[in-house]
Amino acid sequence: MERRDVVIIGGGPAGLAAAVELKKRNIADVLIIEREKQLGGILRQCIHDGFGLTRFGESFSGPEYSQRFIDEAAALGIDAMTNATVIDLSPDKVVTVAAQDGLKRIQANAVILAMGCRERTRGALAIPGSRPSGIYTAGVAQSYMNLYNTMVGKEIVIMGSGDIGLIMARRFTLEGAHVKAVFEVLPYPSGLPRNIEQCLNDYDIPLYLSHSVINIVGDKRIEGVEVAQVDARMNPISGTNRYFPCDTLILSVGLIPENELSLAAGVELDVRTKGAFVDESHQTSVPGVFAAGNVLHVHDLVDFVSLEAESLAESAAQFIREGELPACGIALTPSPEIGHIIPQKISGTRDFQLSLRVRKPVGKCKIVVRQGEREIKSVSLPKAIPAEMIQFAVSCEKISSGEPIEVSVYER
Amino acid sequence: MSDKRTFTCIVCPNGCTIETVFDGDKILEINGQQCKRGEEYVRQELTDPRRTIASSVPISGATLPLCSVRLTKAIPKREIFNVMREINKVRLAAPVSIGHVVIQDVCGLGSDVIVTKNLPKATEA
Ligand SMILES: Cc1cc2nc3c(=O)[nH]c(=O)nc-3n(C[C@H](O)[C@H](O)[C@H](O)COP(=O)(O)OP(=O)(O)OC[C@H]3O[C@@H](n4cnc5c(N)ncnc54)[C@H](O)[C@@H]3O)c2cc1C
Ligand code: SF4
Repeated sequence: MERRDVVIIGGGPAGLAAAVELKKRNIADVLIIEREKQLGGILRQCIHDGFGLTRFGESFSGPEYSQRFIDEAAALGIDAMTNATVIDLSPDKVVTVAAQDGLKRIQANAVILAMGCRERTRGALAIPGSRPSGIYTAGVAQSYMNLYNTMVGKEIVIMGSGDIGLIMARRFTLEGAHVKAVFEVLPYPSGLPRNIEQCLNDYDIPLYLSHSVINIVGDKRIEGVEVAQVDARMNPISGTNRYFPCDTLILSVGLIPENELSLAAGVELDVRTKGAFVDESHQTSVPGVFAAGNVLHVHDLVDFVSLEAESLAESAAQFIREGELPACGIALTPSPEIGHIIPQKISGTRDFQLSLRVRKPVGKCKIVVRQGEREIKSVSLPKAIPAEMIQFAVSCEKISSGEPIEVSVYER
Repeated sequence: MSDKRTFTCIVCPNGCTIETVFDGDKILEINGQQCKRGEEYVRQELTDPRRTIASSVPISGATLPLCSVRLTKAIPKREIFNVMREINKVRLAAPVSIGHVVIQDVCGLGSDVIVTKNLPKATEA
């Protein structure tokens, strides 16, 4: 069986950044395995700009951002197998690949999970009515329009206010389609404020909060949707029904980490992130298996994906050299107001980066990291919203061993 | 005469909510921006709002039928659809690479339309 120091599953921004950083740390034997014909991941279809402001201090489109990493990987001579899908990963790190020349098995010392995420369709499945054509998820519509030159429709309604749906609302409008409205079931938008501003407000596209599509009308092709306002429990309020004729319904109801392979390898998943439980090195519950990017927790900004993947390289390199990493016995748990945190456990002997999302929007607030009675770190914020991931560094100085750490948010 | 308006700064992903009181294009009070680019943004919005845009154009001879493009500089908001009309006239032939100028100084606005994807000829790919 072929042997490799590191196999990286997925050649998107996370996989590429991890590969480059490993190579820079003198781990020479790295292989990226990518299902698509090209490297670059989902960013190949994200043609709008705004990428790289944090990582490079410049605004690029998605393909340009990816290309920087693809070029760097090529310059460093990193091996990449494209058109090859990993179909199984065993707990002892045997990677099974379906490649063009047949099935292959590779024994890896370390594996980096970087498979990204997929789009949710939940919510849409529950809507009554027929299932005519003309219903797409935002990401699929994005690939049709931006990669394959197929316009999905002319009269468009968008369900869900996720960022990809917002970006697509602007894209449809620029290409001459009419976006009638965006409906969000929650009382606040799930996309970033800047996307509400530059993708909806700039083009006078109305956003209806606390509204849901309750019926889909149409036989072969969708002809319209029935929409109603919802109450605090998200039940439709009678008498608020309205009909919107349309030829296309776009779903932008969130993303979910792609973790079938992780499960096959016996990696424990966190019900909050839908990704792996990881320690401060981004090592999962299976020693030598690491995770970064959208497969771990859904990111809104690729810049943070790259930084996260780069940061795990040091530990992965240490694992290759020493065969193990320091034990991480201190559990981190979020308070109920916080949706999820990464990492979920730490050693207490190293500084680490904490990522979290709040469950509901809060105004001026303080995020506090506490071990028992002791405050380890606190960060004041002008506001916190679920659409925005919050990240900050935590020093290990005040952390003692054993006792769990809690992360809470206090509105002020 | 002074007016109040709340802005969402789009300069960076923080998306600060900026409360302002202004008189014409003069800012009298401003609160909420986390950095000074926020104030510049509000001033620009009051006098001459600008945006960048991205699109894609047909390409022949490549592995994909479309090639993505973007503007190098923001243009006045009201010119967006005029610029889109110019972009929609463009036809490319492979190979092209990132940074290739497709339209120089589009509509005389001081911004170029450039390619944002490397697309080699289909046979080379
Ligand atoms: C439709 C969509 C639009 C988005 N738009 C934006 C945006 O505008 N701005 C932004 O900052 N972020 C955006 N995001 C978030 C975006 O996912 C991240 O910015 C970034 O691309 C995540 O990088 P990644 O490497 O984790 O995942 P991805 O880019 O998704 O890369 C994962 C790669 O793994 C490959 N893969 C998966 N499973 C296997 C397997 N079994 N075998 C082999 N290869 C496999 C996939 O083909 C893919 O290339 C978007 C996400 C989606 C889904
Ligand atoms: S004010 Fe500064 S920090 Fe806030 S969104 Fe604008 S550029 Fe970003």
